[in-house]
Amino acid sequence: MSYRPPRDLDEQARQARAKLTAHRGMATWGEKLVPLGDFRKAAAGSGLALSPAEREAAALSLTAGLDDPTPVEGPWSRVAVFGGVYNNHFALLELLEDATRRGAEAIYCLGDLGGFGPNPERVRPLLVEGGVLAIQGNYEESLAAGREDCNCGYTDPRDNHFAEISYGYTERSCSPEFKAWMGALPRRRRVRIGSRELLLIHGSPRRINEFLFQSTSPVPFLEVLLDQNRCDGILATHTGLQWHRRLPSGRDVVNVGVIGRPANDGNTHVWYAMLEARDEELGVELVPLPYDHLGLAAEMRTEGLPEEFVETILTGWWTTCLEILPARERAASRF
Amino acid sequence: MHPNATPLPVAPRVELKSLDTLWFQVGGTVCNLACTHCFVSCSPTNHTHEVLSLAEVARYLDEAARLGVREYYFTGGEPFLNPEMEAILAATLAVGPATVLTNGLLLDPARCARLKTLADASDYSLDFRVSLDGWDAASNDPIRGAGTFEKILAGIRNLYQAGLNPVITVTEVCEGAATDSGKERFFALLRSMAIERPRLKILPVFRIGAEADRGGAYESWQRLREGEMPEGGLDHLQCSSCRMVTDQGVWVCPILVNEPEAKMGETLADTLGAFPLEHPACWTCHVYGVSCRT
Repeated sequence: MSYRPPRDLDEQARQARAKLTAHRGMATWGEKLVPLGDFRKAAAGSGLALSPAEREAAALSLTAGLDDPTPVEGPWSRVAVFGGVYNNHFALLELLEDATRRGAEAIYCLGDLGGFGPNPERVRPLLVEGGVLAIQGNYEESLAAGREDCNCGYTDPRDNHFAEISYGYTERSCSPEFKAWMGALPRRRRVRIGSRELLLIHGSPRRINEFLFQSTSPVPFLEVLLDQNRCDGILATHTGLQWHRRLPSGRDVVNVGVIGRPANDGNTHVWYAMLEARDEELGVELVPLPYDHLGLAAEMRTEGLPEEFVETILTGWWTTCLEILPARERAASRF
Repeated sequence: MHPNATPLPVAPRVELKSLDTLWFQVGGTVCNLACTHCFVSCSPTNHTHEVLSLAEVARYLDEAARLGVREYYFTGGEPFLNPEMEAILAATLAVGPATVLTNGLLLDPARCARLKTLADASDYSLDFRVSLDGWDAASNDPIRGAGTFEKILAGIRNLYQAGLNPVITVTEVCEGAATDSGKERFFALLRSMAIERPRLKILPVFRIGAEADRGGAYESWQRLREGEMPEGGLDHLQCSSCRMVTDQGVWVCPILVNEPEAKMGETLADTLGAFPLEHPACWTCHVYGVSCRT
């Protein structure tokens, strides 16, 4: 097969392209043209040629288990796990009641207490009185360290604009005591449910702000992540979208979603996870949680938060922070 | 070397922290365009690397799964010149998410409909990046070829209408593209095509390959030196978490495929060690914080 690029009208471009399309048995080695055979011979002789045993060892070095001194809590038979409060004290109040009603023995929070919603200080008493066992998200890490931004990992200027507004608001409205409390939270917890040991982290076990979306967290990747962290399951949040994947090894990865804003599906409720010890497997239930979203919207307006945020609460569709969505999750999105 | 010449500085070495991203030079260096800024000098006559077969890709997918690879990227050359490209995507989407970097010229409505079917059949994301180097034919065509602006826009439109909203990739050969007003000009162009949420990625140029002729090669001071590296380490470099497969083996990254010294081995396991950042293109990745990932 041969292809011919279109003719150039511009003389300089024509000359450049004439040179580019005159390989005729030659290869490009850096900027030089050399006989194809010379390039291939040099490439064939380059790099490591490991023995089968050395290859096995190299592969193991990438997937081997890591030591983790985090103490194991529990064992519990039934726990509730949630993430991403985003100052939504309305949903947090509802969650504490709902989880208790469902018989949760312990309630865990995976971080990102602030941002997006109104009046961050209203969250803390609920967490304390509800006995919530929390870990740090990137929001707590940033607030406690006095960072200038939330370290959410956005690159789109529009997403960053709104991320700056919500971080700035939370930063100004949070007391130093609350920030210090956040800074004292652990980065990870290990929890036993029945016979299974689960690792609780914010983004991923590797990075506090790594996104574990369902469509970009393939099974082989998750299996290796579980091997490295020597656990039977991983519970994460940070993306804002809930999902559960039972792996071929029988282990589980759950993104518990967030209670701070709806899941970009046109519904106004939010999500958390109930986990239960069962004989054969880990019981995982993703729980939809309706709450007083009209009350939240009214309070956001009183606080002068962007109308774009209020729209999300009222419609169930995200209007900001869409850049982070992978193609599949984006295709299901309205904006 | 002349006895009085200054010896080359010792380059820092970057460890592979995890193999997250596996690239395939699936179109080889063969392309239906001959862009004057192409850092791999791809063209209709460049067979430095040949297209990869489905069987070759499948062998690496197997090894990649054992190593916990998270995502797969396909580039060339032009990937859709590979007659097995759609079968390769189907095989890949069975094990993980895939992104294709294309020039957009071979994306007719029928192919886009088939690609959408592939995307819908997978649990994982299928994403596209289409290269464009100007806001209009006058700015784009001298770089990518006469008449390409309209054809690229047609490819973008076909993808979008099939329900596959691509990322538009622009290099800084397009002057001002990286500024806020430059980005806004691209967003406006895409919105004028009824793309409501346009996606854009701006990349710096690598002064190698055809671009060395067009815009000038690297200067001698543009090298990374051991001891001058940031305290935060080298995790921002793509080569700390990626490798690139071509028909001739596994290279350290997608940029250096025309350097035989950057080939690290025949299998992925051969390539899990450290790599010295000796090439001047490594300077661009570090200074500009470039990642070829979306």
